[in-house]
Amino acid sequence: MNTHEEVVQDVVIKFAGDSGDGMQLTGQQFTNNTALLGIDLATFPDFPAEIRAPIGTVPGVSGFQVHFSSNQVFTPGDICDVLVIMNAAALKVNLKSLKPGGRIIANIEGFDNKNLRLANYPEGVNPLEDGSLDSYELIKIDVTKLTREALKDFTDLGTKERDRAKNMFVLGFIYWMYNRKLDNTIDFLEEKFGKKETILQSNIKVLQAGYNYGDTTEAFTTRYTVEKAKMKPGLYRSIMGNQALSYGLIAATEKSGLPMFLGTYPITPASDILHELSKYKSFGIRTFQAEDEIAGITSAIGASYGGSIGVTTTSGPGMALKTEAMGLAVMLEIPLVIINIQRGGPSTGLPTKTEQSDLMQAYYGRNGECPMPIIASATPSDCFDVAFEAVRIALQHMTPVILLSDGYIANGAEPWRFPQSADLPNIAISFKTTLSEGENKFLPYKRDEKFVRPWAVPGTAGFEHRIGGLEKQDITGNISYDADNHQHMVKIRQAKVDAIANFIPEQKIECGPEKGKVLILGWGSTFGAIKSAVLDLNAMGHTVSHAHIRYMRPFPKNLGDIIKNFDHVLIPEINNGQLVKIIRDQYLVDAKAYNKIMGIPITKGELIEKVLKMI
Amino acid sequence: MSTDTLTAPILTAKDFATDQEVRWCPGCGDYSILAQVQKVMPSIGVPKENIVIISGIGCSSRFPYYMNTFGMHSIHGRATAVASGLKATRPELSVWIVTGDGDGLSIGGNHTIHLLRRNFDVNILLFNNQIYGLTKGQYSPTSEENKITKSTPVGSIDHPFNPMALAMGADATFIARSMDRDPKHLQAMLTRSHQHKGASFLEIYQNCNIFNDGAFEIFTEKGSKLNEVIFLEHGQPLVFGAVKNKGIKLDGLRPVIVDLEEAASTDDLWIHDENDFYKAQILVRMFDDPRVEGHFPRPFGVFYATERACYEDVMRLQIEETIATKGKGNLDALLRGKEVWEIA
Repeated sequence: MNTHEEVVQDVVIKFAGDSGDGMQLTGQQFTNNTALLGIDLATFPDFPAEIRAPIGTVPGVSGFQVHFSSNQVFTPGDICDVLVIMNAAALKVNLKSLKPGGRIIANIEGFDNKNLRLANYPEGVNPLEDGSLDSYELIKIDVTKLTREALKDFTDLGTKERDRAKNMFVLGFIYWMYNRKLDNTIDFLEEKFGKKETILQSNIKVLQAGYNYGDTTEAFTTRYTVEKAKMKPGLYRSIMGNQALSYGLIAATEKSGLPMFLGTYPITPASDILHELSKYKSFGIRTFQAEDEIAGITSAIGASYGGSIGVTTTSGPGMALKTEAMGLAVMLEIPLVIINIQRGGPSTGLPTKTEQSDLMQAYYGRNGECPMPIIASATPSDCFDVAFEAVRIALQHMTPVILLSDGYIANGAEPWRFPQSADLPNIAISFKTTLSEGENKFLPYKRDEKFVRPWAVPGTAGFEHRIGGLEKQDITGNISYDADNHQHMVKIRQAKVDAIANFIPEQKIECGPEKGKVLILGWGSTFGAIKSAVLDLNAMGHTVSHAHIRYMRPFPKNLGDIIKNFDHVLIPEINNGQLVKIIRDQYLVDAKAYNKIMGIPITKGELIEKVLKMI
Repeated sequence: MSTDTLTAPILTAKDFATDQEVRWCPGCGDYSILAQVQKVMPSIGVPKENIVIISGIGCSSRFPYYMNTFGMHSIHGRATAVASGLKATRPELSVWIVTGDGDGLSIGGNHTIHLLRRNFDVNILLFNNQIYGLTKGQYSPTSEENKITKSTPVGSIDHPFNPMALAMGADATFIARSMDRDPKHLQAMLTRSHQHKGASFLEIYQNCNIFNDGAFEIFTEKGSKLNEVIFLEHGQPLVFGAVKNKGIKLDGLRPVIVDLEEAASTDDLWIHDENDFYKAQILVRMFDDPRVEGHFPRPFGVFYATERACYEDVMRLQIEETIATKGKGNLDALLRGKEVWEIA
């Protein structure tokens, strides 16, 4: 065989097929295999809201995009180099994201008459045969036939069970094409199917068959290698957003010494945090799948009242249901972490698609004057730090904190230079158990210099007291409807949240000069697109800078100064313009918005285009 | 002198009163309930600081402010959910939920039934006055049909909840009823609620003398009480009437009122068994409109009591067992995961 090997820097592959074709698993396996080689990467799973939409149809298409590179990677890629396509519907949905001249690896059986009809191709039209794909490099493989052939000795297995292994054939073939080893996937299969010997062996057999197919078929003459990326030295692992977020919470319970309670109700795309945390009973974490969103947050409030770290997780519609209870937590002034993995809205909206459209809800979406700190994660691994910070702020400032993530980073993966436990700071807290000098009774709303009230938990003799949602008299906490007192309490609750600005890091410029013409100001999951766009623009010789806000409320103290150092401020968001309104309001600058509300991330390319028009 | 008396001073009802002015309407049934709770608290054997009273919204839900214990006046309907989170994390606390027919059965009905099925070891005191008091007189989910209120000027068309049957349907492990006008009985029921290991559901008939005065008069006033109320006592026959002259027996699955002055003997009567699940189903359904001829008397007392594992105990056990078999969680091992690579 005359295969030659070619080194490439940067590849974007998308695996796409029916939601029953195992594309998510295939993508994740390829991701892990890539990560273990020290290649930088970012992923974007894209799957339908229906568990099983009708097989073969366009709504049933599930995709997994992975961008890997020997350079640093910040996004899953704007456009694909390779599409791995299991059926006609998958081609229909994804062809627009393939670059000109890109490669299509197509499963022939997925283009039979039935599949073509289901994908709504006109009668008699088969894109694999009609020349319409001539501008691409088309590789047709009869995956189903080859899978069945590989399993002809597995007489215990029915046709359906054999066909289920066809994603392994594709994975094996891609492993061959990118010069990989099969070990980590074989280990994975052993763990997954260990007890089901036939299923395990059949999957391994098909995986190898796919690899060998590449090796022995003369049509394929080139294998590609992507070399290790130049990343900061250290130990790395692969991490997904919701997983990192869960780890951040666990780290915070360890570092504060307080037990953690999660009260929650399943909702896409937040449920994985419940699944993840419920595995870690060995860290003393209590997870409570409540009867609804309201019970999720109110049970967490009950736990916080008792001296635990109360956490609740949800997504947009669930956030709306928790609103009243958030107001209670603001009045009680107890620690609580409310995590919103945003998705497309309004109402049920786009459950599996991403959006950043709950910022206004987080800022203003409650009755009364009800300020709460807000913190937002930018990348999958950043979710760890942000979750840890959310707990720290909640505990040290006696306040509910909103953490905003979104579906894109929740399900996305990237390499993570994970911290050592010893490097994480302790979260110092103290319960009130003794009266201070000069006090003759416990005063639950007597504040310290940070405007923070003392935390005395049930079980503390002599500190019995009552708190509630009614307005309280300053210092004593007794019910008060006094006019002056109410104004004072509204102001002091705001002052308490504002004062957090003194206990968070200053805003920094991510890349580009400190002063200049254009600042791109972002928050949340637009991080990767903005950063890579700005790096490219800088390389083109344009002076553009990027600042990314993590602390959304209060803003870092120097944010206004940074903004004023630039002639133009552009705020890209996956919403109809939310941060831009808040920035205009707070800093009286003519910030411009760039909005995309399609349920998918903003791409580097469109940002570059937008900036080039501005300058 | 025993050391106990040295370390734990004997408390009285007064120790459980706060310095806050009680602000229910004069004549409200809530005053009696507050007094009985304050009387019972010193005797239950729980240090004051370990008692937590959690309420929702409504007249009854002002209760925590008047009890010198830990307490939270939360939001409408959610006291049960707040209490669930507290009890899950602090099983050693004695948690009391004070709610009403609107708070606990209407806006918070969902949480009430879920708390009961999970069987947290807490006590629910449901003050039932069959009206919305704090919002000034609309019908509630326990108001009788055809009730004329501010929101039902030509009569309510809602069929009312039967709270006991609802609790039974949610698999509550302790179901009892009492009334504001019978302090001794109420004290006894409060004590039993506390003693029960598991979720206790105590419905308390409470008179709202402003918006629904006399709703329970027939059960509470001397002239009618003896004929209209049957006090349940474990192991005792179901007997009622002015001179204990009437009883209830079971004809198959049907309760039947018998006249003890005539042929029937007390030997044939239904003997109350708190632990009998099937008989409890019949008992909770003795819920007739007292205006209808031939109606059954209304039962008061402990309808049903059984034991089932409490949520918070099993939750703790799962954690303890996990730690016993796998060891305490190691943060570094967690963060490292299974597959790592090194960049030099």
